Amino acid sequence: MTEPNIENLKRWAKQLRVDVLMMLNKAKSGHTGGSLSAADIVTALYFYKMRHRPKETKWQDRDRFVLSKGHAAPIQYAALCRCGYFPPKELLTLRRLGTILQGHPDMKCTPGVEVCTGSLGQGLSMANGMALALRLDKRPSRVYAILGDGEVEEGQVWEAAMTSAHYKIDNLCAFVDFNGFQIDGAVTDIMNIEPLSQKWKAFGWHVLMIDGHDMGQIVKALDDAETIKGQPTMIIARTVKGKGVSIFEGKYQYHGVPPSDDELKKSLEELGVSAEGWPEKLIW
Amino acid sequence: MVKIQWPMDSNQLSASKGEKLMAKLIAPRDAYGEALSGLGDTNKDIVVLDADLSGSTKTNIFAKKFPDRFFNMGVSEADMMGTAAGLAAAGKIPFASTFAIFASGRAWEQVRQSIAYPKFNVKIVASHSGITVGEDGASHQTVEDISLMRVIPNMTVIVPCDAIETRSVIQEIVKYNGPVYVRLARGKFPVVMPEDYKFSIGRGVIMRDGKDATIIAAGLMVSHALEAAGMLEKDGMKVRVINMSTIKPLDRDLIIRAARETGAIVTAEEHSIIGGLGEAVAGVVAEECPVPMKRVGMQDVFGQSGTAEELLAHYTLMPSDIAKVVREVIAKKQK
Repeated sequence: MTEPNIENLKRWAKQLRVDVLMMLNKAKSGHTGGSLSAADIVTALYFYKMRHRPKETKWQDRDRFVLSKGHAAPIQYAALCRCGYFPPKELLTLRRLGTILQGHPDMKCTPGVEVCTGSLGQGLSMANGMALALRLDKRPSRVYAILGDGEVEEGQVWEAAMTSAHYKIDNLCAFVDFNGFQIDGAVTDIMNIEPLSQKWKAFGWHVLMIDGHDMGQIVKALDDAETIKGQPTMIIARTVKGKGVSIFEGKYQYHGVPPSDDELKKSLEELGVSAEGWPEKLIW
Repeated sequence: MVKIQWPMDSNQLSASKGEKLMAKLIAPRDAYGEALSGLGDTNKDIVVLDADLSGSTKTNIFAKKFPDRFFNMGVSEADMMGTAAGLAAAGKIPFASTFAIFASGRAWEQVRQSIAYPKFNVKIVASHSGITVGEDGASHQTVEDISLMRVIPNMTVIVPCDAIETRSVIQEIVKYNGPVYVRLARGKFPVVMPEDYKFSIGRGVIMRDGKDATIIAAGLMVSHALEAAGMLEKDGMKVRVINMSTIKPLDRDLIIRAARETGAIVTAEEHSIIGGLGEAVAGVVAEECPVPMKRVGMQDVFGQSGTAEELLAHYTLMPSDIAKVVREVIAKKQK
């Protein structure tokens, strides 16, 4: 196993955050809060854990990723772009007519996207299906999924949770991006999902609880998950909605609202970066 | 276009006058179960999912033969469709089966989002469609599934008319890369196709020729339409019967020709007249060649408990009912 370079991963996470803010500001629509809360997890997956080949998207032994909370598409697009799946100039086309970067992930449009998501609650079932197929074919590939916390209010998630455990799908590792907010407000107010870890345990999952913004913890959880046999692993990642920019942090009002020009300027100042030359130029 | 000389041989008719169908009866779902397990031998990519109804849908035949490639998902149709999508994403050819109402109704949005939108190679083969489910009543019958499935872009919708066509449909859809909905039923259907019949996606079949009107039917209604045509022949009316087993993509040319050549159209389906075969045909007729037309089917009502035979009679889906409607359109045409 290659030793994770935590500092390098943190740098990439910052780059992806800047990409998200810039893309959404240009698109003038999209989901800011949930893209930023998943930024560190997505970075750890694409830049550390997953076996993938950006120039060979159909490589059969690749690991698979399902962004079940499809509204966080911008963070996946940023990761795919910076890994080299498509040129940075495409980031300017998010949500525009004819773009390869649809409002929600579409495998027919975007290189590196495996399925179509966006309608909440369906990704875990698809992840199960992929993991079962890969196991049947005796491939080493693993399947990763990120679910939203509001998303687990969908009944299908729990149907799928039963399936993962029943079929002992241990080449599957899922996250709940537990940022505590959904569109209408705090998850505890709209529809309480607690006790979340006990629910997943009761459904037969191996459960890990981490700080979803601590790169060291994310990386360790991903490594640990790989050693778990005979059951699927759920990493419940405590996160902050809008993480990285104080204007958006912990504010459900920014669930589906992009940064205005003024907010973008303040965001970049806070992150201490310049967006000059974006998207071609990296922030360092 | 395929043309079949019906009846194929005298064995398919009663010894008496050839008006009452006495063909061999086989349940299409039995043909499905056997065809699927047969394909499992040659195509290792085929995997099968069921939602706790494998004994009824007959996927249990495959399950017994290929336990590693069969996934019973329990009573969770939404998850079954999503899992099937994932299996297809990783290169498998999943067949997902349950009752038609649950496949098309309960899991509609999963079929739309997870299967049809990405155009995944998932075959949804639903049994117990229509009202011939019988005694279980309206909760388990389906008069809406053709409509629900044909409205989804990328979806192919097929309603086989008998066991022979079902077998051929299953073999053909494996060769096609994309989502397909196949509508099967619980009951035994008269066999109306010749043993060597080969189904082709998107092609209707002229089962019997005529010039006075055309009955375009699907599923069980094909045999009823043939009987109706037999009845009308006694009164001197020659009626064409078309088996429109592919409801989407629709064989438009065959419909236009029928409208032009026979001047009157009746559709017959064990489904609501809203959104089903009747409306699909009406769309083509209205756009291309308007002629008198009527739709036999469920008249915007739910079914109820009863035997299949009783229900077909109650909801006026019997051969005599079709014949009556054909007489009406012919009369209209002559005005």
